[in-house]
Amino acid sequence: MSQDSVLERMREAFPSAAERAVRDRGQLSIDLDPGELRDVAAFLREDPACAFQMLSSVSGVDYPDRERRLCVVYQLHSLEHNHRLRLRVSVSVEDPHVPSLTDLWPTADWHEREVYDFFGVIFDGHPNLERILMPDDWVGHPHRKDYPLGGVDVKFTEVSVPPADVRGANA
Amino acid sequence: MGGVRLPAGRSEATDGAASAGTRAGVGSPGTQGGIDHVTEGVMTVNMGPQHPATHGVLRLVVGLRGEEVVSCKPVVGYLHTGIEKTAEYRNWVQGVTLVTRMDYLAPLFHELGYSLAVEKLLGIEAPPRAQVIRVMMTELNRIASHLVWLASTALDLGALSMMLYGFREREAILAIFEAVTGLRMNHAYIRPGGVAGDVDDETLERVLDFVDLMPAKLAEYEDLLTTNPIWIERTRGVAVLPADQAIALGVTGPMLRAAGVAFDVRRTDPYCGIEGYEFDIPTFEGADVYDRYRVRVAEIRESLKIVDQTVDRLEDGPFMIEDPKLAWPTHLSVAPDGLGNSPQYVRHIMGESMEALIHHFKMVTEGFKVPAGEVYVPVESPRGELGYHVVSDGGARPYRVHSREPSFVNLQATETMAKGGLVADLVAAVASIDPIMGGVDR
Repeated sequence: MSQDSVLERMREAFPSAAERAVRDRGQLSIDLDPGELRDVAAFLREDPACAFQMLSSVSGVDYPDRERRLCVVYQLHSLEHNHRLRLRVSVSVEDPHVPSLTDLWPTADWHEREVYDFFGVIFDGHPNLERILMPDDWVGHPHRKDYPLGGVDVKFTEVSVPPADVRGANA
Repeated sequence: MGGVRLPAGRSEATDGAASAGTRAGVGSPGTQGGIDHVTEGVMTVNMGPQHPATHGVLRLVVGLRGEEVVSCKPVVGYLHTGIEKTAEYRNWVQGVTLVTRMDYLAPLFHELGYSLAVEKLLGIEAPPRAQVIRVMMTELNRIASHLVWLASTALDLGALSMMLYGFREREAILAIFEAVTGLRMNHAYIRPGGVAGDVDDETLERVLDFVDLMPAKLAEYEDLLTTNPIWIERTRGVAVLPADQAIALGVTGPMLRAAGVAFDVRRTDPYCGIEGYEFDIPTFEGADVYDRYRVRVAEIRESLKIVDQTVDRLEDGPFMIEDPKLAWPTHLSVAPDGLGNSPQYVRHIMGESMEALIHHFKMVTEGFKVPAGEVYVPVESPRGELGYHVVSDGGARPYRVHSREPSFVNLQATETMAKGGLVADLVAAVASIDPIMGGVDR
């Protein structure tokens, strides 16, 4: 199992972070502090036993019940060893700062912009952190759980559309 | 890898256009005729969002010095419809109906990726017949998608007849899809636990006919293009993206395989028993538009091989998981507007069994619950790694659905490929990515 060798290398290099590794449904996840992220990510990319050359995806999840409710999820993949690893970094709404990984994996550029756009996580060191899918002048971060679904003003007079979660069958 | 240029965003682009309005470049040849988007001899041009060569509503803010592209910033988001957000307000099965609308040329791959993620969360596997049907339908979908790519790219580069041929053969696949799912797109056919309907023998005959027909057609395309000096002139050595830059930019799929890297999710993370089929992963070394063309043509051949094998492997059995707590309760029949409830089933729940009616009502309105957890499941879509990151909090609706869309990721490589080339090659570069804006913007 190559997951084991990744975990083994993590235990040697970052013992406290490796403690937080979780294996669920055959997939390995490690929770990290924002301060640890860059060192761990650089290690995982460069270490020959890990060799995560590919940052497959970055997405966000909002857990309003948690103190650090904004969770950024990185999916790493090693083409060489064919193993995958998930890194999770949680931050609060008051201090939503996560270091950018754009210099390690240039592909992180658009992914981080998307997470910023939808969740309001600020990636420090990102060359151009701007909204990507929502319009530039949009207010709010739509994928947060307290952001309502739909109900957007329509640019015609006397027309309004009720939110989709109100008008749908599952209201 | 440090040498990879990153595409920058829209404000820089608009800033560039605005400051250009100060006419800093007056006197340079580009300003003649009163064009005021010119700075230092670089003219800023908006290509799109409405432009026939951008394959949808993609906007490229292009900096041009004469015919040379000096910068190219893709601006996306015009088709954003909040599919991922909407999925959080619908039950698990309804999610299929939503995700199929992202990539409208490869809808079955989105259904498959999402369904596999939900199944992994549930800890279930679809029955063998459903697995084979899934492989058959998605590989047919790959052929259809590559045919549209071939048709539209050839159109962009001036090969009009190829456009007609590509769409002609794609029709045959869409006819098969229509016979099986009732619709040509937005099928909602692959669902958690299996597939929504069975494939009958008549359809299998059509699939086999198509597999028999295609090699001659592929030879026809290759006669038209592969050694065509104009096609080679327009594609060879154009929009080169070497393997190291491609990996750094997260580029996957035919673009990466055209750069010599044999990365294919069907090999690294096989799904639906696809590891048991015989097929090759074609790779080429040129990393240019020509080799992306050759990779896709070769992939059509490989997909035909897989489809041919699925027909023999299709054994009798259920096509949906038999657990009544998870399976969609009805037996569907194909109607002109898609899959609908069959008359026998409606008679059963309305006239014969109160329990069946209650069960139906509960499954359709509330749906099933999925144990809490988080998974990432990739599939190999025609454009590359399509990953579904799905989070459940234990409820009857997804807590979060995120699609790692290959079009979105691959589009980042536009500037790297187009910079230093000609405007005409920019069209070839964008076309060779095969971006589907519905998938990019979601």
